[in-house]
Amino acid sequence: MSDVLNKVVDIVCGQLSVDKADVNPESAFVEDLGADSLDTVELVMAFEEEFDVEIPDDEAEKITTIQSAVEWIEGNS
Amino acid sequence: METKTALITGGSRGIGRELVDIFLESGYRVIATCRDKTKSKFMENKNLTVENLDISSKDSVEEIQNLVEEIGVDILINNAGITNDKLFLRMSESEWNDVINTNLNGVFRVTKLVMKHMLKKKWGRIINISSISGAMGNPGQTNYSASKAGVDGFTRSLAKELGSRNITVNSVSPGFIETNMTENIVNEEIIKKIPLQRLGKPSDISPLVLFLASDESNYITGQTLVVDGGLFMK
Repeated sequence: MSDVLNKVVDIVCGQLSVDKADVNPESAFVEDLGADSLDTVELVMAFEEEFDVEIPDDEAEKITTIQSAVEWIEGNS
Repeated sequence: METKTALITGGSRGIGRELVDIFLESGYRVIATCRDKTKSKFMENKNLTVENLDISSKDSVEEIQNLVEEIGVDILINNAGITNDKLFLRMSESEWNDVINTNLNGVFRVTKLVMKHMLKKKWGRIINISSISGAMGNPGQTNYSASKAGVDGFTRSLAKELGSRNITVNSVSPGFIETNMTENIVNEEIIKKIPLQRLGKPSDISPLVLFLASDESNYITGQTLVVDGGLFMK
């Protein structure tokens, strides 16, 4: 697992109180992991802080899975 | 217990000034804002930070963003507001816009500043100082009433969005309070309509705000609480 993927998984598990064993790169925050709309905003805030990036709102809306978060962060940091 | 920090806009005069004093007395750390801090007369206090802020200006709000995020605001009191009274027939679009831009858009701008910290802490209090004019209506105040009714609606929607994070959002709606803002509009006729037969004082408002800021108010959210001597009863 890449370093970014590891950190993203940690953040998601912490924020959504889910077990690492229940998470894979394809997991969708809302559909698979039970996030509500505010959770998704908070996740983006947490990614921004951890990776010291600023994710524009229109791109943040597309970050709906672990994989899409990792791809955005790797492509922009 | 950790010391909580309250951000109070419009802290130099009227109800805001009373709030700054009572929050300091109660042991909070306070960031008070006003349009020109050189004119504000605050006693030196290690728990008080005074900042220039014009909530009608996006740039001015951005200038205090770093300070606010660094300190971390637990309690936001959106108190700053203006009036620009005129009969609707004579009101210009700029007089309308000035009041909406300060009283309503200003609340939007300042509330944005404190969100991250409250979400992270999973605790927060947002208290908007509204006005009975928003619910009751008042001739000459179409702009002001609209802005305050807007604040009350903002309060309810934001309370629903943030309830799951233990952040409460409430409005306090004063009637006629003795401050600079009301000195030109109150008269004997108005006092006759108030069951308690007097104008309110800033110190009639501040204890409720202090309560709403405390842990004891933790099951109250989305409300507009009226303190008006009985002037407007629904």
